[in-house]
Amino acid sequence: MLELAIGIILGGCALGAGCAMIAGIGPGIGEGNAVAAACEAIGRQPECQSTVTTTMLMGCAVAETTGLYALVIAILLLFVAPGRFVNILINAIG
Amino acid sequence: MSIVFLILSVLPIIAGILIKVLFVPAADGIDITGAHVFFTIDLPLGGLPITEAQVNSWLVILSIMFFCLFLTHGLKTKNISNKQVIVEFLVEKVDGLIKANMGEYFMGFAPFIAAILSLSALSSLMSLFGLFPPTSDINIVGGWAILVFILITYYKMKCGPLIYAKSFGDPVPFLAPLNIISEVATPISMAFRHYGNVLSGSIISMLIAVALANLSNLVFGWIPGFVGDIPFFRMGIPAVLSIYFDLFSGCLQAFIFAMLTMLYVAGGFPQDEYMRRKAARKAAREKASAESVAADAAEA
Repeated sequence: MLELAIGIILGGCALGAGCAMIAGIGPGIGEGNAVAAACEAIGRQPECQSTVTTTMLMGCAVAETTGLYALVIAILLLFVAPGRFVNILINAIG
Repeated sequence: MSIVFLILSVLPIIAGILIKVLFVPAADGIDITGAHVFFTIDLPLGGLPITEAQVNSWLVILSIMFFCLFLTHGLKTKNISNKQVIVEFLVEKVDGLIKANMGEYFMGFAPFIAAILSLSALSSLMSLFGLFPPTSDINIVGGWAILVFILITYYKMKCGPLIYAKSFGDPVPFLAPLNIISEVATPISMAFRHYGNVLSGSIISMLIAVALANLSNLVFGWIPGFVGDIPFFRMGIPAVLSIYFDLFSGCLQAFIFAMLTMLYVAGGFPQDEYMRRKAARKAAREKASAESVAADAAEA
């Protein structure tokens, strides 16, 4: 029974980590839009290339933040949570 | 003398490699763990663990300090050397960055921003030497983010706490809770952004290295003798990925951290209001001194 419970905990953690990374869609779309707009801007005004590139990298970094929150959750679920949850389970059983 | 400083700036890196070889247990296969805890100091409020991340961070600080001493040793005003040209170029670049992003008032920030930039970049580049990069530990980056948050709050309070408190109810007063949350989210997002990028890069490169080793074991495993054990695919290919994950990502995140520090500190500072108050204070002081002079004259 304990094996089954631990298996469910591990599987749940892995599934949760996978689901958390669905959040990667948002930053992907956002950064794609940002880079597309930056390419357009450089095409229109090639002399502004360095300024546009710096601003685009800054914007990309800020847009990435939500994806990184999901990444941190996924990493915690994969590497930290299983041990904690199994400990809680074993303590509860006694 | 300057060559001594150059040698001293390389020594911390060698010391880091030695410490890793001597005290950190070797990992084989997929082993993604946090920083190795060397020992724990007992303090009244709880143990203070001294980890690999902290030690590597101190080593980076030492290395940068000696390298700066090497760069600035023997500066001249005439007949300058190549080294001095590079140093002047770097200082002018940082000054230009500050002037473009923060304005004339914040020119004193240049050493701080340069320190953050070099510390963060070199910490991320520690992984090139096979050491644990301190920036992939949330405690290190979180400390920097808290420092930056204190700076932001200090500059926001420059006009007194009342204006700072008023800024939370900025568009409409009932949005104050959201403004407080976004204020607290600033250091968290700064820390997570830097740490998440470096950590995800190191995890991905480790997974790819292990996958390539297994693949070459599958393809070349039938060759008898020790030749079958050599992971051929693992040679060279991870290095190409490391250009993005270690070099580009590390330097970009350092630049972004410094850039966000500049933008937040300069953006939160109510410069017009501060200048207005400063001018008013100066005018009042002059008026008071003029009055006292007039009173003295009248007494005389």
